[in-house]
Amino acid sequence: MLVSEIKSRPVYGGLRVDGAARRHLVAAEGEGALAALAAFGAAPEALGRTAILYCPAGSAGQGHEAALQALGADAVYVTPSVETLLFRLNVMLGVATMGTRIYAAGREGFIGSVVAAAVAHGVDHHSIHTEHRGSLARRVQCVHCKGMTDNVTVTPFVCSHCGLTLFVRDHFSRRLGAFQGVCVDAEEPGVIPPAEELYR
Amino acid sequence: MSGGLEIPVRVVEIEQATDTVKRFRLAARSGEKLPLFSAGAHVVVSMQDGGHRIRNPYSLIDRSADGLSYRIGVLRTPNSRGGSIFMHDRVAVGSELVISMPVNLFPIVRTGRKHILVAGGIGITPIYAMAEELRSRSQPYELHYAMRDAAHGAFVQELAERHGDKLRLYRDDRQEVIRVDEILPNQPLGTHLYVCGPGGMIDAILAGGRAAGWPAENLHSERFLAPPGGDPFRAALARAGITVEVGPHQSLLEAIEEAGVDAPFLCRGGACGQCQTTVLSADGELVHNDHYLTEDEKASGRKIMTCVSRLKGRELVLDL
Repeated sequence: MLVSEIKSRPVYGGLRVDGAARRHLVAAEGEGALAALAAFGAAPEALGRTAILYCPAGSAGQGHEAALQALGADAVYVTPSVETLLFRLNVMLGVATMGTRIYAAGREGFIGSVVAAAVAHGVDHHSIHTEHRGSLARRVQCVHCKGMTDNVTVTPFVCSHCGLTLFVRDHFSRRLGAFQGVCVDAEEPGVIPPAEELYR
Repeated sequence: MSGGLEIPVRVVEIEQATDTVKRFRLAARSGEKLPLFSAGAHVVVSMQDGGHRIRNPYSLIDRSADGLSYRIGVLRTPNSRGGSIFMHDRVAVGSELVISMPVNLFPIVRTGRKHILVAGGIGITPIYAMAEELRSRSQPYELHYAMRDAAHGAFVQELAERHGDKLRLYRDDRQEVIRVDEILPNQPLGTHLYVCGPGGMIDAILAGGRAAGWPAENLHSERFLAPPGGDPFRAALARAGITVEVGPHQSLLEAIEEAGVDAPFLCRGGACGQCQTTVLSADGELVHNDHYLTEDEKASGRKIMTCVSRLKGRELVLDL
């Protein structure tokens, strides 16, 4: 899975607690909570220096708030939406020091947003620990109108902004945290291959 | 040729900065402007010492405002293979040398939000250029410069004028040490550290960074090695179909070049990876002295960096 010839296609190495770090900042969405529970449940010595941001939304079939609270981390913040989580994350990144390691787990669109926020604070993306959990749904930018469409599960799909039919490429923008969608019938308007569900 | 374009230059000014450091100003013999370079870059200087050629990498300090000259700083190292001694004793104003195009293996990370520069001794030369670039771009930075004693601070006055209270000096003779355990823990996210100096100092600073919880991606260093000598050995070049003898004070790369083979190289100091060569067989043990190959690659015995590494044994067969 997740093998592509396109180099920008992210590879998620899995959450592993970096024992050398002074602080741990964990952002989890939906089923991503399970990755955080597995990694930090196995590293109790790190929990006193760990803050967890969790948004149960996304693809979660069940909430993991109680399990995260029971873990015993320094702080657990549960937010009603990913936007709220990213807002709080940005505030925390703004005052964080170099000993802080960042962890992101959940759907690809969520991981992409967390990595983009950290990179904007000068963090090298290689030093961010990531784990993909939950739906394969993609966040896609239309390269023509620049509109973002979340939770894309089929290709091609109709851009929710400009209405063009877009083929979803593995080409990923780290700055935007999104895959690129390109017009599928530019050369022969109206000739559109059948939609395939690839990213459920 | 393998090292890229070369620029014939003439020495136009020499400054004795300290007892052991000279600064050379080099201008293109053609009178043309020299290429722009990014801070942290170096050139390989070729010296013709009688029958043989010495090539050493030197970091660029700066390019003159009119673009016509570069400055390099050279420490006289008594047990060197002759490069720095040649520069100190044989090169005068008017001497002709050849330099490579600038190459940067030690660049400033432009996405960083703050930069900590650490220099020991002659390691100040790339750091000098980096501090100047950060200053001109109004980027947040700190500059930490350690030296043996006041007489060995080759750049102290110029640096103090330019960097004011961003500069901190440390003198060995006063037992002043760079306290990485105090400097590093509370730096803001997105800070990068750059260190250049003696090997032991680089190791200590990098270890301090890891102890402060910094990720490896934010810790940068540059060290150029003089190729260490050793027992002589023979190298067979499978594709060229020739065999060369590598003398005790000669590097494998130099021996290959003397035989007339245009082998790949760039930094000649074990840092860049350009001279990586496949080892077809080795009758003996490879002595890896570079900072490029991973431990696994070194252990595999399949790769060698010809600029600084050699064989402890009789014969090496290379895919050259």
